[in-house]
Amino acid sequence: MVRFIGKRLLQMGLLFIVFLTILFFLLNAQPGDISQQFVGNPDIPPEAKEILRARLGLDQPLFFQYLNYVKNVLTLNLGQSFDHFPRPVSEILLQALPRTLYLFLTATLLSYLVGFQTGKLVAWKRDTPIERFTMVGSIILYTVFYPWFAILMLWFFGSKLGLFPLGKFLDPEKWFDSPYTANQVFNMMLLSALVAAILVGAVYWFTHKIVEPKPRQRARRLLLALVAIGMVVFWMVSPMSQYAADIAYHTILPVTTLTLVFYAAITLLTRSSMLETLREDYIFTARAKGVPEKVIRDRHAARNALLPVTTSFVLSIAAVIGGGIVTESIFSWPGLGLTLLNAVTAEDIPVAMGALAFIGFLALVAHLIADILYAVLDPRIRVES
Amino acid sequence: MTDVRDTDMMGAEVLDESLWKIRMRLLWRSFKRNWALFSQSKMGVVGVVIVGFFGFLAILHPILMATAWKGQEAIYDPVIGADSVIVEKTVVTEVTDPSTEMSFTEAMITGEFFPEEGMIIEVPIAPAPPNAKHLLGTDPFGRDIFSQLMFGARAAFILGVIAATSAVVLATVVGSVAAYYGGWMDTWLMRQADLILLLPLLPLLIVIGSFWEIGLWQLGILIGILSGLGATAIILKSQALSVKVKPFNDAARVAGGGNRHIIVRHIIPNVLPLSFLFMMFEVTGAIFLEATLSFFGLLSIPMSWGIMINTSHTQGYTLFGLRAWWLLFPAGLAVTLFAAGFFLIGRAMDVVVNPRLRTR
Repeated sequence: MVRFIGKRLLQMGLLFIVFLTILFFLLNAQPGDISQQFVGNPDIPPEAKEILRARLGLDQPLFFQYLNYVKNVLTLNLGQSFDHFPRPVSEILLQALPRTLYLFLTATLLSYLVGFQTGKLVAWKRDTPIERFTMVGSIILYTVFYPWFAILMLWFFGSKLGLFPLGKFLDPEKWFDSPYTANQVFNMMLLSALVAAILVGAVYWFTHKIVEPKPRQRARRLLLALVAIGMVVFWMVSPMSQYAADIAYHTILPVTTLTLVFYAAITLLTRSSMLETLREDYIFTARAKGVPEKVIRDRHAARNALLPVTTSFVLSIAAVIGGGIVTESIFSWPGLGLTLLNAVTAEDIPVAMGALAFIGFLALVAHLIADILYAVLDPRIRVES
Repeated sequence: MTDVRDTDMMGAEVLDESLWKIRMRLLWRSFKRNWALFSQSKMGVVGVVIVGFFGFLAILHPILMATAWKGQEAIYDPVIGADSVIVEKTVVTEVTDPSTEMSFTEAMITGEFFPEEGMIIEVPIAPAPPNAKHLLGTDPFGRDIFSQLMFGARAAFILGVIAATSAVVLATVVGSVAAYYGGWMDTWLMRQADLILLLPLLPLLIVIGSFWEIGLWQLGILIGILSGLGATAIILKSQALSVKVKPFNDAARVAGGGNRHIIVRHIIPNVLPLSFLFMMFEVTGAIFLEATLSFFGLLSIPMSWGIMINTSHTQGYTLFGLRAWWLLFPAGLAVTLFAAGFFLIGRAMDVVVNPRLRTR
């Protein structure tokens, strides 16, 4: 397993370098070079331009420029923003990163957890009104044009019903005397979510060894309730709670919108994967030897139906990131995607390229995690490596 | 026995006809057979109807421009046309219905400096709600929505055809070559496909769209290349692999066929049905990408459904909801239905191409 992860890490590192190479080509395929954008003013003497070019390393051969570029990206030295001039690009991007991460993680986890369960149940209840309703709903959500769907959600829940705020991720009125910056609260929220996720994982891991289903379920419920109570108590006591609540309130609509679309895709996929698995011989065997239906569904069928769903996760990362950009733009969620879009409209090339590199890195890390998850789920891969 | 005699008799009959007629008849027969399979799925027929409807709209636009709207380009042109619909409003002190009444201040803004209670003033409005002249109303700049919708259908078809054709041609060739030769060629092409799969496509296209001027053709070819070397190539390669092991390839080689002959004459024709299927899914993806990019305003296209959504969104009319439904619904529904139509056709074609899925 360690060797497998090591090999994957190495591959990902190589892929990231290839990605940076593509970015460098993009940057250099533009007409002119960056110094001309920087000093388009004819009043600036040619000597000044030459000095600038020398300072930016643009007079060196292309290959050295390339090496320089890779080194700079890897050391997070991404230059300064044109639009917010003296601010370094890496600072802008690092500020936006947790917000995108938050959107991406909650939407992905929620859609996979709920979508898998729905798909499983729907496949089990074939040809019932519930199945038909879920299927039609999922197909509509799956084929709807996403930006339009987000606008509709914003209009209906934000404007017509007035349940949720119309955008941004906090209410400035509540924050003007806040002792914390938004990102501190944000990071705390991410951290607590991570801790909770690890605890939940640990609960499942330890109760896995209890063979009898009844006590196992009881132990799981008890421990999960403990984790939930712990989280609630932590946030009740924490002085950040009111700010966290404000952020969470602003999160609901964008996360729900992004989740719904991917949830539909996962439901459809799980259903067809379940139906395929249910035709296997081992399901027949399990039935024949009198295994309870629920156990067949959860342990025999769903466990194997999970594999194609995990594969699809790897393929859908790019789509989730794309959806995230649209979500950020429509709900004015100040994450990486909105930073990229704003930079692109303001012709702020350093920020745009930096954001693209960040997003590519994010995609690679998500890919790596999905790969490892897949190996955990499928023993064949572990054994082969 | 009778069957055999029938075919024999037909064979004798056939010799009198020219070859292209036989080919046409065979084609027609296989089309009828496949259509019977295809139409088993109602969703597929719905897809055909939807796509047919948009095809009708796309053809209708130039016809209308040349006949009914001739000489009225200044009004009905989807990009530069503008029409201000005149509405009569009554001046009142207390405005209860903004579509028929206006306050004193509003009246003064229109140029009527001494308004009186009950006075009727004619004001041009944009966006105007649907009326006899503009079936779907006008957009915030006074352009006809119906005209834009039809023009957008044409743009969608052009983009879909370019993207799908280039993607599938590339993917078929790449998949067949990778499967046939194997070895380093296979490794190279498939690693390249993996890399493209990993690329965050939308952010990349956003940056490319900001650096260069991207029109419909460029975007279509770009999507075609990225998809044809990526996901589609992987799927078509697996199909080509299963074709490669069929005995007719060995027969062709024994008969003296070279590598290129076998790929072009034996492998690609057997991969083509699946390629054709993926063209449908390709259209769906390409339309979504185009509409998203033009929604961000990053493409240099005169008019498309994405630009229509962008216009009403940036002008702030999407939050009006049902009060400005002709700005919120037609364009978004058009993108959704168009993509869904091709998706449904693809799903139904899957049944034709993939015998395992047939209901017997």
